[in-house]
Amino acid sequence: MSGTGAKEQWGSRLGVILAVSGSAVGLGNFLRFPGQAAANGGGAFLIPYFCALVFLGIPICWAEWAMGRYGGQKGFHSAPAILGVIGKGRFWRYSGVMGVLIPLAVSFYYTFIASWCLGYFYAYATGQMGIDPTTSIATQTAASATFYNDFTGTGSNGLIFGALSVPTIVFWAITFGLNIFLILRGISKGIEKFVSFAMPVMAVCAFIVLIRVLTLGTPDPALPDQNVMGGLAYMWNPDFGALFNPQTWLAAAGQIFFSISVGFGIIVNYASYMKREDDVALSSLTAAATNEFFEVGFGGLITLTASFVFLGLSGTIAAVSTGTFGLGFQTLPVVFAQMGAFGPIVGAVWFFMLFLAAVTSSISMYQPAVAFLQESLGVDRKRGTMYVVGLCLAASFMVIYFTEGAVFWSTIDFWIGTFLILVLAMLEIIAFSWIFGLEVGWAEIHRGAQIQIPTFFRFVMKWVAPAYLIIVLVAFCITNLPASIAQIGEQPMAQLALAMLAVVAAILMVCVRIGEKRWEAAGMDLNGQEIAGDFKPGGAS
Amino acid sequence: MSIGGWILMVGSLSFVWSLAGWCYYKILTTPDNK
Repeated sequence: MSGTGAKEQWGSRLGVILAVSGSAVGLGNFLRFPGQAAANGGGAFLIPYFCALVFLGIPICWAEWAMGRYGGQKGFHSAPAILGVIGKGRFWRYSGVMGVLIPLAVSFYYTFIASWCLGYFYAYATGQMGIDPTTSIATQTAASATFYNDFTGTGSNGLIFGALSVPTIVFWAITFGLNIFLILRGISKGIEKFVSFAMPVMAVCAFIVLIRVLTLGTPDPALPDQNVMGGLAYMWNPDFGALFNPQTWLAAAGQIFFSISVGFGIIVNYASYMKREDDVALSSLTAAATNEFFEVGFGGLITLTASFVFLGLSGTIAAVSTGTFGLGFQTLPVVFAQMGAFGPIVGAVWFFMLFLAAVTSSISMYQPAVAFLQESLGVDRKRGTMYVVGLCLAASFMVIYFTEGAVFWSTIDFWIGTFLILVLAMLEIIAFSWIFGLEVGWAEIHRGAQIQIPTFFRFVMKWVAPAYLIIVLVAFCITNLPASIAQIGEQPMAQLALAMLAVVAAILMVCVRIGEKRWEAAGMDLNGQEIAGDFKPGGAS
Repeated sequence: MSIGGWILMVGSLSFVWSLAGWCYYKILTTPDNK
């Protein structure tokens, strides 16, 4: 119908669950989550975190899965078209551009970061990290920082294109090429097959590292306080006073959003390849649970515990203050260096796991754009992929060239990967619960469902989740926007990044217009008018 | 580690591991819809 060739579908129910889980499980699970928890009340952080999961994350997941499958039955696979159907109009269709822009723009820098993981894995596997454990911790930290700065080019613009940084380009090319290869192979033969291999391997790698970390004991008898129990205490001992700080609740909601990939437009696209009677209620819950399994179960036990055992309280606090990438790419290599003969092995396993986690996420960022170009321009997967490759090469060149201080890609990360996902998620839940209608939506979620969702969640989806999101968004704007807007005025790199995003958004808008004309000409229900035939109230089958 | 830390750690881990275990049990033991 959409003129994109044979209809694609997932090969199995487990395949789509693992694909969505793979999209969700990324660097944030292992690096961002523990840092956020430690900085916002320790174990007490888990209270607002689980509240956000239950009242925001899971309900929006159900809505996104149901919207995606519904749109897929009408022949659509991209967020603009599907939001147009759900919201019944042009405003929603153009708002849906965010569901293509967000994953695409995040991929511009995320694939670059994924390539760091591959580069670090290679450095560990070949003994090239260059951190000498016989020197002082300060010297090792400096060596680790030098490796990071050289590899990522944060020192100055264009550093990576210098002769000494050829490996960075090579690792990026391998990572990008792998993503494109998998996308070209398609939903079932590419994405599904890869995640079916990668997810179990990631779990095994994480388990190996977890066992090693939990059996570290007290490696230096001269420092008896630096032990595993101390590390767990640093991560989990609660500071209940943090619960009275709105920033804690904002950080928890932000972590849930960032982590389970809601508001990205990815789930909507993935779910659109499901069959009409496929379960979404249990599948969606399983994907969210898988993400939590990795995030709390591994991320909550490994990262800071290992850091504390070798670097102590002050070193770990300093590591957390450096943020996700400082912790992951500068501090942990120093930690691994203290593990003796096991260090390089643990380091290699760790960064290989992070690489798999990053790639299972990054492929999910290209797929929505490919699907969108296929159905809006009426091209096949190969041509759609080539258009995305062209766009990504141009944008990625800018990301890789303008590396100084990481301002360029941090700007994209803030405005797209943080701010815009809150906006899109809010629009999605409003469109689903208020315009599509909760009666119809609830029936849609339960069509083919293998669990009955408690009726209480009707109230959550109609009132609690939208209100919760609006509060979070307003609080986020008040807390973050003034400084971020001021930064734009001061930093040309930030202005350049936003200009690039504006160009990409404009291209996508034009594609929506072209798509509208095609879909109207093909007689497709682009405004979701034919809803009555699909509305079959009832519970789980 | 404090008692509060133990309660939150064990409670959180039990929650996520139980939820994931229950979900996969249901997925693997319930036949696909035709």
